[in-house]
Amino acid sequence: MQMKSPYPYWFVAPAAVIFTVLFLVPTAASFWFSLTNWDLFGFQFIGLENFIDFFSEPFLIKGLTNTIIFAVLTSGAKTVLGLLLAVLLTSGLFGQGLLRSIVFFPVLVSTIGVGILFAEMMHPTHGAINVALGYIGIDGPGWLTNPKLALYSIALVDIWRGVGLATLIYIAGLAAIGNEYYEAARIDGATRLQLFWRVTVPLVRPATTTVVILSLIGGLRLFDLIWAMTRGGPGFSSDVLASVIYKQYQAGFYGLSTAGNVILFALIALIIAPLAWWFNRKELDL
Amino acid sequence: MRMRFFATTAMTVCLATAGGQAYAEELTLLVDNSPDTVAIAEALTAAYTQSNPDVTFTVEARPGGSEGDNIVKTRLTTGEMTDVFLYNSGSLLQALRPSRTLEPLNDLPNIGNVMESFTSTVSDDDGNIYGVPVQAAMGGGILYHIPTYEELGLEIPKTWDAFMANNAIIAEKTDKAPIIQTYRETWTSQLFVLADYYNVQMAEPDFAEKYTANEAKYADTPAAKKGFERLQAAYESGYFNEDFGAATYNDGLRMVATGEGVHYPMLTFAIAAIQQNHPEQLKDVGFFAQPGDNADENGLTVWMPAAYYVPKGGDHTDIALDFVNFVATPEACEIMTEAVGASGPYLIKGCTLPDDVPPSVADMLPYFEGDGRNAPALEFLSPVKGPGLEQITVEVGSGIRDADSAAELYDRDVEKQAKQLRLPNW
Repeated sequence: MQMKSPYPYWFVAPAAVIFTVLFLVPTAASFWFSLTNWDLFGFQFIGLENFIDFFSEPFLIKGLTNTIIFAVLTSGAKTVLGLLLAVLLTSGLFGQGLLRSIVFFPVLVSTIGVGILFAEMMHPTHGAINVALGYIGIDGPGWLTNPKLALYSIALVDIWRGVGLATLIYIAGLAAIGNEYYEAARIDGATRLQLFWRVTVPLVRPATTTVVILSLIGGLRLFDLIWAMTRGGPGFSSDVLASVIYKQYQAGFYGLSTAGNVILFALIALIIAPLAWWFNRKELDL
Repeated sequence: MRMRFFATTAMTVCLATAGGQAYAEELTLLVDNSPDTVAIAEALTAAYTQSNPDVTFTVEARPGGSEGDNIVKTRLTTGEMTDVFLYNSGSLLQALRPSRTLEPLNDLPNIGNVMESFTSTVSDDDGNIYGVPVQAAMGGGILYHIPTYEELGLEIPKTWDAFMANNAIIAEKTDKAPIIQTYRETWTSQLFVLADYYNVQMAEPDFAEKYTANEAKYADTPAAKKGFERLQAAYESGYFNEDFGAATYNDGLRMVATGEGVHYPMLTFAIAAIQQNHPEQLKDVGFFAQPGDNADENGLTVWMPAAYYVPKGGDHTDIALDFVNFVATPEACEIMTEAVGASGPYLIKGCTLPDDVPPSVADMLPYFEGDGRNAPALEFLSPVKGPGLEQITVEVGSGIRDADSAAELYDRDVEKQAKQLRLPNW
């Protein structure tokens, strides 16, 4: 049963105009331009050729697997670490407020700044990390220059940068769990570990849903950190979908890069929609 | 009443504009933001204002690289372009669709001063010339540290084998890096491949033509593939500086200027940067062409400088054309030399260089004398250049990919560019 709105339709007109001009039209336009050979001076309809070209792009498979590895890895680590840190930081620790600020601080720093700083710290010969490792007799690897390692080094930095936000969401989630659940469990003789697994983890599920989905979307479309640290290199070894698309745009292949964006959009929708549905269904079961 | 107010305002505006035009003209010039191009733009416009006191210029700077490309393209398409602007010659210019967006310069009185080797890189198929060169021609080859060569008694290598033999001696007798590579800035990784083009052209004179027509490929032309093979051989020799994967262009310049490293494959525009960053060491840096297989056929791959262009439909087209006409004179060359020093031979007839050029420039000049042991880089002969080359050469130079698969991959990479330009036969 839907109630008839008490407001006349023209009430929504201003919002509708803004939505149409700023969101609907560009979205429709980008679907159209993804079907053209477009060089700013003009465009030519070429059907699905851009999509064929994009899928035959030699680095696409690499970019695609990297995107998924990166998103799953960072999202997983942020979720687990975020929950653990949140439990620690709500346990009435000394200087709790300060510690919370410290964990959250990296979220506030510009991503490009973080990227440039870590790229310098991860320099193979004079970077702070390898110099420090050198003091304890370890010959540090080329964090960003070793093609097998580069993507994981960036992932580490992204986890460091993003875990604060996950922690914050979890702290809010933990605060919403009523104390009576813990009291009841304790009366039943539950250990601390059991309290965590049987009470905290299930009851903090709404926060988990938010953290997983937000960090997964963030990981799937991450671009700025990778661009600041390696530009997808060495070679193509840390390329993700977003950096592949950006390089097409830089080269002036506007139609092709728009097609790439449509594909990225579809990929995110394909991964997130079922996930969100699954999480929400579980919530109803509770 | 209201009508009259409008009429008066309109008339005042008309008078004001007309009056303004008669006395002073304010033109705009867009250049990239590197210090030497800005200095040159300011010196040239100041000289022009001196002889035409009613014309003044505002020099605007934009970023270089592909970010700058997008600014130029956007301003051209939206009609917001400055009266004169600086942009690359060769394959990048073709992407601006010059016949639709730029004023042809064929009727300028001084256009005959511009050398044929340059005009061919700023023309369309109908023979319309669109640009006047700014700064000198550049060589792509190898910058080297002169004191190390003198100390070890080495000779300038004319063949690749002699080059590698020199590297072996440097590696054995010193702790310097024989070859400098700087992959933090990926574009620097392309030099061994691109600067090898003189050797390609000696072996396959019609490669560029066939390449544009999709009839020749890097992967199935042994002479063309050799550039990738040389890069691979250089990596496998282990002669690179230890931090080659993370070093920057400025690190590379420092290494070759101070002798931390001995050979740096680079374009000679780096001479201006060395002059800025290491003026004391400028005399220690020399230059030679990338060696090939045959000592008798040793020659230089040449890059053409950027040019000034005049967009179609500007407000001051006549003055803009007159300014560009002035840039095509020996007088303008003198002004450029005075502003930033000499970096190579000019492409304007009648231009001369001062006697005391840095050694790297002096090393470059013989390649331009006599019957000309030089050839333009492929990007000035063919519009087909793939955007992924610098990543591919980083892979080869880091040992991730071998030369065969790199050449094949690059052949696939250029297809996108050719299709974008709608070239026939692709």
